[in-house]
Amino acid sequence: MEKKIFKGRVICKGNYEGECVVSRQGLNTLATFQKSALMNKKKVIGSDQNNPDVFGKNLTGVALILPQTIGSTTGGLVIQTICQMKINPSALLFSEEIDSLAASGVILAKNWENSDIIAIDKLGNDILSEIKTGDKIKISEDGTVEVIK
Amino acid sequence: MKLTKEEQAILSGSEGQTKAKIMQTLVEFGELFGATEFVPVSTCGHLVTSFGIGLLKPVYRIMDEIIEAGLKTPYPFTVDPRPIDYKNVKCNILDKLIFSKIMYSKQKHYEEQLSKIGLKNKNAFTCTCYLEEVGNTPKYGDILSWAESSAVVFANSVLGARCNRNSGMLDIFGAILGKVPKFGLLTDDGRKADYIVEIKTSHLPEAQILGSAIGMRVMEKVPYVVGLDKFLGTELNDDTISYLKDFGAATASNGAVGLYHIDNLTPEAKKYGKKLWRENAEKYVIDDAELERVYKSYPIMWKKEDAKPSLCFIGCPHLSFSQLKNWTDKIGENLKKSGRKKVKVRTIMTCAPDVADKFKKTPDYKKLTSYGVKLSSICPLMYTNNPIAGSKPIITNSNKLRTYSKARYYKDDDIVKIICEVK
Repeated sequence: MEKKIFKGRVICKGNYEGECVVSRQGLNTLATFQKSALMNKKKVIGSDQNNPDVFGKNLTGVALILPQTIGSTTGGLVIQTICQMKINPSALLFSEEIDSLAASGVILAKNWENSDIIAIDKLGNDILSEIKTGDKIKISEDGTVEVIK
Repeated sequence: MKLTKEEQAILSGSEGQTKAKIMQTLVEFGELFGATEFVPVSTCGHLVTSFGIGLLKPVYRIMDEIIEAGLKTPYPFTVDPRPIDYKNVKCNILDKLIFSKIMYSKQKHYEEQLSKIGLKNKNAFTCTCYLEEVGNTPKYGDILSWAESSAVVFANSVLGARCNRNSGMLDIFGAILGKVPKFGLLTDDGRKADYIVEIKTSHLPEAQILGSAIGMRVMEKVPYVVGLDKFLGTELNDDTISYLKDFGAATASNGAVGLYHIDNLTPEAKKYGKKLWRENAEKYVIDDAELERVYKSYPIMWKKEDAKPSLCFIGCPHLSFSQLKNWTDKIGENLKKSGRKKVKVRTIMTCAPDVADKFKKTPDYKKLTSYGVKLSSICPLMYTNNPIAGSKPIITNSNKLRTYSKARYYKDDDIVKIICEVK
């Protein structure tokens, strides 16, 4: 079978090879990251009880695939803070157009924290069904994403 | 984005590096969403970040940078509620230690920083800044640099102001710059409805469940709700404003709604009606069964499902004056029925400091406190963030609080029975 390659819009470029976590529903940034950030943990364990895709999973250093983020307007600040704490996912891969809160977060992280978080959006909804949590993926600077294992 | 000469100069550092960096951040933000220009902010700001959590180091560092650069907002701003109120929300020694020394250790410092850049006054701490008692009430068409999801969706939908769902920090940046990039909900096209929601329920739906259902379905899209005017009427008054406040907060926290239209009620729906519908708008029908399905889907996060509740929060978002009065009546009636004088579950009602000041001058305040209920202007969400406080069996009528904590959600009529009748 032909290997499927997803191509999106590059918001913050970078290369990555490693594991991914897929949230098939909108990711509530505050509900997902707040507990680990507040407890000053070394790794983020997803704490959103309403999102079984990420609840209880390690989100630090992984590629997080999601449609968009939802919820509180502290969302961008939360992304900036986890980047400053260096416990952020290595990449945020959005199937749809990035939402304003996640966009704020990655721009704040890049401009004010010198973060190297990767952000790509408009990857298409197929990415949410064709890539599974635990798959090893490769992200390239040109905005392509593919499963390598 | 096409910048004016003045904006280009700011970006190049003519007014200092901090302002240039703020401009750069907003330009990048706008360009991502196809903004072609900046538009001037026309009134006071509202910030979401009200809490001095020690670990939010980026906030305090940037605020220091802003203060050092001598930057201030052209209009005074309001901010979300404070996270601590030991007088009315009693805490034990361990809770206090965690709140004051660990979690909110920067509160005093942060409030000083806010004052230096343009905080309105000491009463400016509420998520319902738009209520008339507080006075940060935008007019139809005003351009805002606000965050706080429940306030943004209210300003857009009920007042007809224009504001994107800005994040914390970008709310301050836009307020300081006095400009925001024009895209999304700031444009006529961005305010058109992507969803037509038909209400086919047998009675007025619980605002918090209806909002939750719509938020979870439409996510960040704009819903146009048909059939709610049958229950709410066609005029905005204290009761409809309170209903829409709670409905909107649930759409924004359970989804990412920044604007909704209610047929024959909210200003743009009244003005434009079906002209707001996009050609390919999706449909979502809500009946009694759908609301029940959504209500039943909420997970119960208590360690023991049948635990006796130890605390009840009513007022997330903060209650309006008319809601305080209605709750006082409702609790009074239920206590009378159960033959009791005081509530059996520690109950905190929250509202804006200015609303509390007004309510305290009425006989209802004495009644409410005689029932054993405390009035506070705390942020229940920030309180339940304390891992010890948050692990207690807390009940609430707020879908927003349910989403961000382990608090268990109950409908208004159920919660009043629980606090008055629990054994």
